[in-house]
Amino acid sequence: MGKNVATRDAYGEALLEVGAAYPEVVVLDADLSKSTKTAKFAERYPERFFNMGIAEQNLMGTAAGLAAAGKIPFASTFAIFATGRAFEQIRNSIAYPHLNVKIAATHAGLTVGEDGGSHQATEDIAIMRAIPNLTVLVPADGVETKKAVWAAVRHQGPVYLRLGRPAVPVIFGEDYDFALGRAAVLREGDKVALLATGIMVSEALKAADLLAGEGIEASVINVSTIKPLDVETVVTFARRCGAVVTAEEHNILGGLGGAVAEALAENCPVPMVRVGVRDVFGRSGTPEELLQAYGLTADSIAGAARAVVRRKG
Amino acid sequence: MDEETRKYLEEKARTLRRHIIRMLAEAGSGHPGGSLSAADIVTALYFRVLRLDPRNPAWPERDRFVLSKGHAAPALYAALAERGFFPVEDLWGLRKLSSHLQGHPDMRKTPGVEASTGSLGQGLAMANGMALAGKLDRKDYRVYALIGDGEMEEGEIWEAAMAASHYRLDNLTVFLDYNGLQIDGPTSQVMSTEPVEEKWRSFRWNVIPIDGHDFGQILTAIEQAREHLGQPTMIVARTIKGKGVSFMENAVGWHGNAPTREQAQKALAELGGEPVSE
Ligand SMILES: Cc1ncc(C[n+]2csc(CCOP(=O)(O)OP(=O)(O)O)c2C)c(N)n1
Ligand SMILES: [Mg+2]
Repeated sequence: MGKNVATRDAYGEALLEVGAAYPEVVVLDADLSKSTKTAKFAERYPERFFNMGIAEQNLMGTAAGLAAAGKIPFASTFAIFATGRAFEQIRNSIAYPHLNVKIAATHAGLTVGEDGGSHQATEDIAIMRAIPNLTVLVPADGVETKKAVWAAVRHQGPVYLRLGRPAVPVIFGEDYDFALGRAAVLREGDKVALLATGIMVSEALKAADLLAGEGIEASVINVSTIKPLDVETVVTFARRCGAVVTAEEHNILGGLGGAVAEALAENCPVPMVRVGVRDVFGRSGTPEELLQAYGLTADSIAGAARAVVRRKG
Repeated sequence: MDEETRKYLEEKARTLRRHIIRMLAEAGSGHPGGSLSAADIVTALYFRVLRLDPRNPAWPERDRFVLSKGHAAPALYAALAERGFFPVEDLWGLRKLSSHLQGHPDMRKTPGVEASTGSLGQGLAMANGMALAGKLDRKDYRVYALIGDGEMEEGEIWEAAMAASHYRLDNLTVFLDYNGLQIDGPTSQVMSTEPVEEKWRSFRWNVIPIDGHDFGQILTAIEQAREHLGQPTMIVARTIKGKGVSFMENAVGWHGNAPTREQAQKALAELGGEPVSE
């Protein structure tokens, strides 16, 4: 894999792999196949690809029916339309009957960029996390995306897979050990635990370098399975470090920060700061400008870590 | 329509198209095809039809225009700038962090924008609401909307279609930008919507088919809609996606790609007028 890869591109490639291995894999899209990268699958396996047109509710409902008949459907569109327009179809047609649909939503978060706030889903994790039966995965890079797609196919049940638009750093080697439901410890330190998801994982690693230079040793944990949350790992590191920072390309309400806060409040309350979009909508700009403007950077994570370390008893 | 009006509107439409090309080239992203196909309809509305006050964008008696296919924002922004809602220079900030001109229309950021759109399928219901309010308040403003032919695949469009005729919203006139293309290909291949006119008719709309690039037909249809009582009107406007720029016309690939500087210069040369200095 190259140095920088968009997770949506890795998804498009992974679909070809699982499509070859599993004849029951089918793919559906809603007039965005070039952007979601399902077009590659459509080209290779035209008889197993269904373009539903610009009709996201029907996209999800049809996927549910295919799953009920034994197929393993991947349904793709942008995260905003998947979780927004088709929320209730995901809830009642897919999750409620525990159907084996994989919702692979691309263009999540601020890094959609110039299309602006109407297209930047910063609440999708919160919405999906509140639905019973649904597994929520947010891979950090291209390597993890491929492994997540394989894991999703092997998992019996509905999955929400959150993917991004721009190329992002590849941080894992092919030997990276991904397991659904397990948070991955990438770096160990005793002063503060940085829990990150998606594109913020590479920023958290950079932040840990910055902090190490100041004598603050940080643990970095990649929480790519938001649900079911790996409470054991989260609590272990909260206890060990006594301070936690979460980082996500999502509203600080209801996403990773929300999930971790819930787990810690019940099991091991420690000082905590959530880095993320501070309950405002996005706007037009380049992905880099937006990440800066909304404080989704290694610097912000390091600043949050310094602040939370000062609050330790 | 007299010759003078036609000349005036054609010139305005050309100005709008030039703005669209320049804006998209400056922004480096955005949607030329659907902006250009809608440019003549938008021109007719903003320069012959809509009662507006650019100095008072919130004037309660104003006519409303909802751009339901929000990705054609450049066409709307160009018209608003030319009508004086904000300086033409603002257009070159499209999609930039410092600008009020968002990638898709934002009624809280841009004066003159009546509805925040971009998520397809939602604008027609919003237009219905405005038309209903007009009826309730016994106001004589009219509501106009523009939807895409791909957008017509959204379920919410048909929910709104039912409601508009149920409530006899004859103060509502909608244009269908019937250019035959969407993102993944021709609409006939992605998801057939035919027979389009019969569908709207069966939803009890007054349906008027026209050539969406002929100002005479656009204005006559709007006049017929105004006189038609008891039903909303759907003007099914046959258009050419990318209209006015030869290499963009009827080309699926120009749905959501901005022209490079060289492509923009080529397009501007075709559209006539002064060349743009760098
Ligand atoms: C709910 C929703 N789904 C998908 C999209 C992505 N999208 C933007 S434009 C477009 C195609 C629109 O086709 P059409 O309505 O025919 O517009 P036009 O040809 O006039 O550009 C799509 C699918 C969207 N903006 N909103
Ligand atoms: Mg179209």
